[in-house]
Amino acid sequence: MNIVVCIKQVPDTTEIKIDPKTGTLIRDGVPSIMNPDDKSGLEMALQLKDEQGAHVTVITMGPPQADLILREAYAMGVDRAIHLTDRKFAGADTLATSHALAGALRKIDFDLLITGRQAIDGDTAQVGPQIAEHLDLPQVSYLEDLKFDGDKTFTMKRHIEEGYQMLQVEAPCVVTVLSSANSPRYMSVGGIVDAYQKEVEVWGFNEIEVDEKDLGLKGSPTSVHKAFARGLKPAGELYEVETDEAVGIIIKKLKEKFILN
Amino acid sequence: MDFSLTKEQVLFQQMIKDFAEREVKPLAAEVDEQERFPIETVEKMAKIGIMGIPIPKQYGGAGGNNVMYSMAVEELSAVCATTGVIVSAHTSLCAAPIMENGTEAQKQKYLPKLASGEWIGAFGLTEPNAGTDAAGQQTTAVEDGDNYIINGSKIFITNAEFAHVYVIFAMTDKSKGTRGITAFIVEKGTPGFSIGKKEKKMGIRGSATCELIFENVVLPKENMLGKLNKGFGIAMKTLDGGRIGIAAQALGIAQGAINETVRYVKERKQFGRPISGFQNTQFQLADMNTKTEASRMLVRKAANKKDQKVPYSVDAAMCKLYAAETAMEVTNKAVQLHGGYGYTREYPVERMMRDAKITEIYEGTSEVQRMVISANMLK
Ligand SMILES: Cc1cc2nc3c(=O)[nH]c(=O)nc-3n(C[C@H](O)[C@H](O)[C@H](O)COP(=O)(O)OP(=O)(O)OC[C@H]3O[C@@H](n4cnc5c(N)ncnc54)[C@H](O)[C@@H]3O)c2cc1C
Ligand SMILES: Cc1cc2nc3c(=O)[nH]c(=O)nc-3n(C[C@H](O)[C@H](O)[C@H](O)COP(=O)(O)OP(=O)(O)OC[C@H]3O[C@@H](n4cnc5c(N)ncnc54)[C@H](O)[C@@H]3O)c2cc1C
Repeated sequence: MNIVVCIKQVPDTTEIKIDPKTGTLIRDGVPSIMNPDDKSGLEMALQLKDEQGAHVTVITMGPPQADLILREAYAMGVDRAIHLTDRKFAGADTLATSHALAGALRKIDFDLLITGRQAIDGDTAQVGPQIAEHLDLPQVSYLEDLKFDGDKTFTMKRHIEEGYQMLQVEAPCVVTVLSSANSPRYMSVGGIVDAYQKEVEVWGFNEIEVDEKDLGLKGSPTSVHKAFARGLKPAGELYEVETDEAVGIIIKKLKEKFILN
Repeated sequence: MDFSLTKEQVLFQQMIKDFAEREVKPLAAEVDEQERFPIETVEKMAKIGIMGIPIPKQYGGAGGNNVMYSMAVEELSAVCATTGVIVSAHTSLCAAPIMENGTEAQKQKYLPKLASGEWIGAFGLTEPNAGTDAAGQQTTAVEDGDNYIINGSKIFITNAEFAHVYVIFAMTDKSKGTRGITAFIVEKGTPGFSIGKKEKKMGIRGSATCELIFENVVLPKENMLGKLNKGFGIAMKTLDGGRIGIAAQALGIAQGAINETVRYVKERKQFGRPISGFQNTQFQLADMNTKTEASRMLVRKAANKKDQKVPYSVDAAMCKLYAAETAMEVTNKAVQLHGGYGYTREYPVERMMRDAKITEIYEGTSEVQRMVISANMLK
C-alpha cells in the first residue's frame, strides 16, 4: 500500500501573539511545528505501515525552513519526503496551494492520501477537500479512525456533529484527519540521528503537473478584507473527576494563583 | 569555534523536551513521594531509543553522541532527577564500560539488550569501607578452574533492584592494591547474588539505591571485563564518563528550578505587585541563569571532547564540580524566592533542592573533583 501524507509547517499558536494594531500574527521568534492534525494523519499512516508494511511518503509545500518537519517525519519513520518549493508557488491561498499539491500528487502513485483536517494558522479546512476535487477522488473528512479491510477497501469512522458515521471506502481516496484520532509517536533517537542523512526531494514547478495560471498569487482568488484579533482565552485544563475532587482541584488552583488564601 | 547545536541535536532537543514535559514531569512528584521506581517511564524511553543514545547502531543503539546523551539527561532531570539518574547510571556506568572494554562476544551479548532498554544496567564499585577511597575494595574474586568465585558486598548501587546487568569490581590480588582489582559482568539471577537493603534517601527518591550481596557467586571467566587486575583503571575511566552524565543531571535540576521560579515570581504578589518587580528577585534570577548557562557550556564541552575522542577527565571533573555546586545554589535560591510555599511539597522546588544535593556526592564528591583538577595543574 502506498500512502501520501500532506504536512504543513505552522507557527506554534500556543506561543503566538497577535499584533494589536494590525490584527496579524507576530511570527518572529515563534517556534514552528508540524500542524497537529497532520501529525495525527502521519501517525495513522505509520500505524498502517507497522501493521501492513505500507510505504509512506510525506509532502509539504513551503519555504526552505519547512525542511525541518520533513526531517521530523523521517525521524518518526516515513520512507520518502518531498519538499515543494518554487517562487511560482509564493502568495498562494488555499486554492492555489491545493492546485500545487494536486500537481505534485499526479506524479505519485498512491492508494491513500491523508491530510490534516485543518491547519492551526490558516484554519480553513479547505486544502484536503480541494485536492480531492482536483484529482477527482472520493473524500472522507473529519476522520477519527481507519482500518484496512484488505482488497483495497477501508472502514472509516468519521466525526459528525451528532456522533459518528461509519463508511466503507475504496482506494484510491482522500481523507482528512482530526488530531483527536490518536497520539502521534515521538521521533526515535535513531531516526533523528539518520534524519539528515536521508534525501529530501525538492520539487519545483517543472517537476509537477499543473497549469501555471492556477499557482501563486495569480491563482489565488482570495483577498483579505480585514483581519482582527478576537479576545484570547487561555487553553483550559480538563479534569473528569467526582464533584468533591473537582472542588478540591479548583480550590488548589485558586490558592496557587493566590486568589484564595 | 561554534557554540550552536547541530541540526540533529536541534531535532533531538525538540523531541526530548516534549517527551520530558508530557511523559516524565506528570509523575515526578508521585515518584518522589512514594519512593517508586518509574518503570513505565523506562519502558517508554526504551521504545524510542533513550536507553541507548551513544551506543553504535551495530550494537542496537541509536548511534548518537555524548552531547545528545547529556542533553537527554539534562532535559529529563529538569523535570525529574530520578529519571535522569536512571538513564545516566544505565548508560554511562554499565553500557559504556562494556562498550569500551568488552570483548566482541560480551558486546554482542549485552549491548543490544541494554541499548534497547530490555535490560537495565548498574555499576557496583562502592563498599562500606571503600567510598572515596575506592581502592579499599574488600569484595574478592578467587580463581577456581574456569571460574571466579565472588564474595563480598557493595552499597549505594543505583538501579540495583531493577537491573539485569551489573558491572562490578573485586580484588583478585590483595597484595597489589589498585593493581589487584578486576572488573566483572554479573547477571541478575546468578546463584549466590542477591539484592540487599534499599536506602531511604533525601532526594532522587524514585531511583532504587541498594546493597548488592555476593555469596560464593560462581562467574565463568568470560564474565571478566577487560584484563585481569586492570579493573581500577576501568572504574576510573568509567567514572570520567559518568561525571558528564551527573553534571548534566545537576544542570537539568538547576534549569528546572529556574523554570519554576520564573513562573512563580510573576504570579506571586506582595506589596501590591508581583515579586518579580523587586530588584533583588531580578538579580537573583540573573545569577542563577548565568551560572546555569556556564554549567551547560562546561557539560557540552566535556561531552564534545569525549565525542572527539580526546582526553576529557579534567573537563568532566570541572563540569561535574561546577554544575553540582550550581544546582545546590540555584535550588536553594529557588526555594528562597518561593518563600514558605517553596518549603512545602506543593511546589517542585522543594524536591529539586533535595535532589540537587546528591550531585555533589556520587561519582566522586566535589572534593574528589577538586583533587582531579588540581592534580592535573600541579603535575
Ligand atoms: C485568506 C488567506 C490568504 C492567504 N494568503 C497567503 C499569502 O498571500 N501568502 C502565503 O504565503 N500564504 C497565504 N495564505 C496561507 C496559505 O493559503 C496556506 O498555506 C494554505 O492555503 C493552507 O491553508 P490552511 O492553512 O487554511 O490549511 P487547511 O486547508 O486548513 O489545511 C488542511 C490540510 O491541508 C494540508 N496542507 C495545507 N497546506 C499545506 C502545505 N502548504 N503543504 C502540505 N500540506 C498542506 C495539511 O494536511 C492540512 O492539515 C493565505 C491563507 C488564507 C486563508
Ligand atoms: C544515592 C546514591 C547513589 C549511588 N550510586 C552508586 C552506584 O551506582 N555505584 C557505586 O559504585 N556507588 C554509588 N554511590 C556511592 C557514592 O559514589 C559514594 O557515596 C561516594 O563516592 C562517596 O563515598 P562515601 O559515601 O563512602 O563517602 P566518604 O568517602 O566516606 O567521604 C566522606 C567525606 O569525606 C571526604 N573525603 C574523603 N576522602 C577525602 C580526601 N582524601 N580528601 C578530602 N576529603 C575527603 C569526602 O569528599 C566526603 O565529603 C551512590 C551513593 C548514593 C548516596
